[in-house]
Amino acid sequence: MKKLFVLPLAASLAITAIAGSAIGDGHADKALQAAISARQAQMKLISFNTALLGDMAKGAVPYDSATASAAASNLAAVAKLDRSILWLEGSVQGTVDGTRAKPDIWTDAAGFDKAAQGLETAAAAMVSAAGTDLASLQASMKAIGDNCGTCHKAYRGPKN
Amino acid sequence: MKALLRFAIFCAVLGVLVGLLVTRPDRSEVAFDAVTITDTQAGALVFAAGGCASCHAAPDATGDAKLTLSGGRSFPSDFGTFYAPNISTDSSAGIGDWTRQQFAQALTRGVSPEGKHYFPAFPYTAYAKMTAQDIADLFAYMQTLPADATPSLAHNVGFPFSIRRAVGGWKILFFLREYQVVGALTEAEERGRYLAEGLGHCTECHTPRNALGGLDRSRWLAGAPNPSGKGKIPNITPAALDWSETDIAAYLTTGFTPDYDSAGGEMVEVIENLAQLPEADRAALAAYLKRVTPVP
Repeated sequence: MKKLFVLPLAASLAITAIAGSAIGDGHADKALQAAISARQAQMKLISFNTALLGDMAKGAVPYDSATASAAASNLAAVAKLDRSILWLEGSVQGTVDGTRAKPDIWTDAAGFDKAAQGLETAAAAMVSAAGTDLASLQASMKAIGDNCGTCHKAYRGPKN
Repeated sequence: MKALLRFAIFCAVLGVLVGLLVTRPDRSEVAFDAVTITDTQAGALVFAAGGCASCHAAPDATGDAKLTLSGGRSFPSDFGTFYAPNISTDSSAGIGDWTRQQFAQALTRGVSPEGKHYFPAFPYTAYAKMTAQDIADLFAYMQTLPADATPSLAHNVGFPFSIRRAVGGWKILFFLREYQVVGALTEAEERGRYLAEGLGHCTECHTPRNALGGLDRSRWLAGAPNPSGKGKIPNITPAALDWSETDIAAYLTTGFTPDYDSAGGEMVEVIENLAQLPEADRAALAAYLKRVTPVP
């Protein structure tokens, strides 16, 4: 008699647990996807502002101190966004679609933080350089590029 | 019957002898007659263009530590895993006691001072195009770098690829000394070709390889799977790389694509090296790439 109760109870508990975890995963997935799109938007903004500076640096467009200053302060602001809510654990290449974030971001959190701070420092230097003159802008451009490369080398996975 | 057996043995012995003869390491001397002075500063640029530190520095070394060429970085491939050896100035662990001639033979013949073939993970097929002056300057520069006593790691290569003598056969098939891009070239295009096909050995990663690890010259610079197994090395022939020469040269300086994405993977280190060269060299590489046969 006792067994008769236990069996359906166990089964229903199991079903509840499975359903519950599925719903939980759905929420988690959504949160991970949202964080991925948000940080990709951040990268897009970094790229947009860097392009304005870089095109002047390489002589593709004439130097304009107002545009350069604006781009540099945008870049510095975007580089400083709080990473703790953007780089959610689990939003990693191979587990979630549409991201190239390497697991090292979380396994080597200190290294990732240092790399990200590298861009903050380089962007802050660009804020004072960009409006000064073309030569100063050009001189500060290398540090921006180096920091993008260093971080992407260590923490961004292959495209395909 | 006995005669037939004797003939078979004769053929086998002859085969082995011929095999040994044609696969013997090329120990001919590299001529330094035209080299009168050496310049360590020029050597530092040869060192950067050749990407020596990218393979021979300790794994994950950064900054000045990259000048300590203690080796140890691993290179997975279809044939096994190769480990970059210690080439620091340490006289026992490194190459501190090598003569310039031994150094030149290693670089351009792929032959060690002991007369053994090196595996072509060491890009001597490209370095073979180096000028005697560049070799001399590089040797002089590398003499100024620190010594390190870390022992070199043994390669982890399975049979039959582990037979060094077989590399002699590989060299007969695939060690071609001719340039791939030929015809009337400008001075800049020629310089770019020297850097891309020779010293800078771009072709080693960007050209696909056949089953035996020889470069597939019909798909020169047309992209290849990454030997690490992750990702692809892109096609950089004009069929795929449609950037302007200015954009290519800028990418090789800052790492930014024309869309302001940035380089990743091994290319970050390549750009770190190339950024040290005079601007004219990066422009030369861009000019060369425009002369490569487009391969879709």
